[in-house]
Amino acid sequence: MKLHSRNLLGLEGVSKEDLTLILDTAASFKEVLERPIKKVPPLQGKTIVNLFFESSTRTRISFELAERRLSADVVSFAASGSSVSKGETLKDTARNIEAMKIDMVVIRHAAAGAAHFLSRVVDANVINAGDGAHEHPTQGLLDMYTLREKYGSLEGLRICIVGDILHSRVARSNIYGLRTMGAKVSVCGPATLIPKEIERLGVEVYHHLEEVIPHVDALNVLRIQLERQQSGYFPSLREYHRYFGVTKEKVAKASRPITIMHPGPINRDVELSADLADSEHSVILQQVTNGVAARMAVLYLLGTSD
Amino acid sequence: MNLHLKGGRLIDPVSGKDESLDISIVDGRIDQVGASVRPGPKAELIDLKGKIIAPGLIDMHVHLREPGFEHKETIETGCTAAAYGGFTAVCCMPNTNPAIDDESVVRYVHGKGKQVCDGIVDVYPIGAATKGRAGKELAPMAELAHAGAVGFSDDGSPIVSPDIMRRALEYSSMYGIPIIQHAEESSLTHGGCMNEGFTSTRLGMPGIPPVAEELMVSRDIILLRYVPKARYHVAHVSTKQTADLVRKAKKEKLNVTCEVTPHHFTLTDQVVDGFDTSTKMNPPLRTADDVQAMKEALKDGTIDVIATDHAPHTIDEKEVEYTQAPFGIVGLETALGLAVTELVDQKYLMWYQLIEKLSSAPRAILSLPPIKIEAGAVANLTLIDPLKEWVVDTTAFHSKSKNSPFHGRKLKGAPIGIVNNGRKMLFVNRSG
Repeated sequence: MKLHSRNLLGLEGVSKEDLTLILDTAASFKEVLERPIKKVPPLQGKTIVNLFFESSTRTRISFELAERRLSADVVSFAASGSSVSKGETLKDTARNIEAMKIDMVVIRHAAAGAAHFLSRVVDANVINAGDGAHEHPTQGLLDMYTLREKYGSLEGLRICIVGDILHSRVARSNIYGLRTMGAKVSVCGPATLIPKEIERLGVEVYHHLEEVIPHVDALNVLRIQLERQQSGYFPSLREYHRYFGVTKEKVAKASRPITIMHPGPINRDVELSADLADSEHSVILQQVTNGVAARMAVLYLLGTSD
Repeated sequence: MNLHLKGGRLIDPVSGKDESLDISIVDGRIDQVGASVRPGPKAELIDLKGKIIAPGLIDMHVHLREPGFEHKETIETGCTAAAYGGFTAVCCMPNTNPAIDDESVVRYVHGKGKQVCDGIVDVYPIGAATKGRAGKELAPMAELAHAGAVGFSDDGSPIVSPDIMRRALEYSSMYGIPIIQHAEESSLTHGGCMNEGFTSTRLGMPGIPPVAEELMVSRDIILLRYVPKARYHVAHVSTKQTADLVRKAKKEKLNVTCEVTPHHFTLTDQVVDGFDTSTKMNPPLRTADDVQAMKEALKDGTIDVIATDHAPHTIDEKEVEYTQAPFGIVGLETALGLAVTELVDQKYLMWYQLIEKLSSAPRAILSLPPIKIEAGAVANLTLIDPLKEWVVDTTAFHSKSKNSPFHGRKLKGAPIGIVNNGRKMLFVNRSG
């Protein structure tokens, strides 16, 4: 089985068939991760470079682990201390790296479209590890995997993404992927942080958590950046927590337990109350584990298809 | 230079003529116009059967980049591109380095225009409205006007302060020269790089809301009502609401005029999908409704002028992350083809209306003398093949820069030559 694309730039437009293939493949790698020896050989001899132009701890570690467990040779690169700080362009950086005969590139970048740009200038397989507010496809996949693992299927599942939708690549990848798999997706957040015409992506828009909580199976709670307050998107973190923070009291209004997800890192007691983050209904740590499996699946499928 | 233009269809909005006739040109001046005119001595015969003779076209909004940014374009390469695009005149914006905010720079640019391309393309500088285009103090408008500036603008940036805008309108009104506004309420657009709407939401890209343009035009119209003797021209209108605002202001008989670029009546923001930076310009490409509104506004006369906002940037400058790329595309060499294909062929404009918007209307706005196509006048003409089908090839552009989203696009209608200032250029072998 092969994917229909040689890159993973986003989940928009990826078919149900391909998404299912990735999720099924992730399931077999999850089983590998449970073994005492967690390394398998399929990417032996392949070289992967992780280009992180934007700081990230968990995504980078998760990719590195996934790469090493597939036996790839791994080079990681962070923007500071590299030629980028000397003014080299993304195109030159990419071409130089390719001149070193790299097979796959994982890129994280602050600009939307950076992964698309890279895929046009290099021949290596490109995996988007987050481009601006555009997409973060492997996060979307690990979120879908986690939900599928818990509920058996994504068809008809009701998920609400809560918080700063405007600036969130996690939200977009979740919307694209989940909708393709037949889930019902809504978003909830302050009107200032809901992008224009998002309804046209097939999602319902809410501004009051109490309206959405009775009708969902899971809440995917996004991290709120403090600088959004300074830019005038909302008045204060206190007010944000009061009206958009997900807390035990608020989810208690639902007639059945609601699964709590968060892409991390959590601002405890801001967008998500600490007790809820640590509760039995939270799958936040499963998401982290599944992230390695989902990334192994993507790396494997792209890296062995040529 | 003696020419005998035989059997072309003269379309002259100034005289109202639209008929097939001959024109003989002797020493760069029109000798005779009429049916079966006798050729002048040793005149080169040009058979224009099925072709159009128009007064020389003018592009009132281009960036020639000289002085200061000669790696993108020079007055010479820009004028060459203009000539091959069918233009015998261009107005160049003052966002150079130094800015055209001093009479010496006006003279330099204007004079350089006479030296390049044998002087076939007239270069009319637009002076800055404020010193250094910084929006703080008025530029020396009287000196600029006397040196040859035909309009005032801080293009690239808006004139933000209402107070400075008011003074600019008042001061320029003494000379009958328009203030050309790059209408953008900057506090609403910071960081934006495409139209804010469904596509920017899909792509997660910072948006430029249409209201940023509309708010500024709205404010300016209110100021113009207060300073009614001034002349106000809106550069590159891009939204339906802006067109509506101008339409209403015109009904009120305010001195307001405006222009639209070919890309704003041709493309929508959907082409940004794929992150090709040759789709990044300011104002950004808008929605299908806006594109439709641009065509309707051209048709009903709300939009007076088609101007390109020709904005050259090098490949290296453009081949970067979308959010980092500079705004702007080149337009001189595709304008006529796009206008014919999108407007004449689709029946939004009759030929004489198109020529009006590319020649007589902008000249009137800038108080340039009308082009006369009669015995004794300097021949200033653009010759057009209305049926020529061709494919845009950016590598064949004469502009120094190739940043165009139209590469590979099939167009109909092309210039086949220009005549001006005693010179002629005839184009053959256009690709496609």
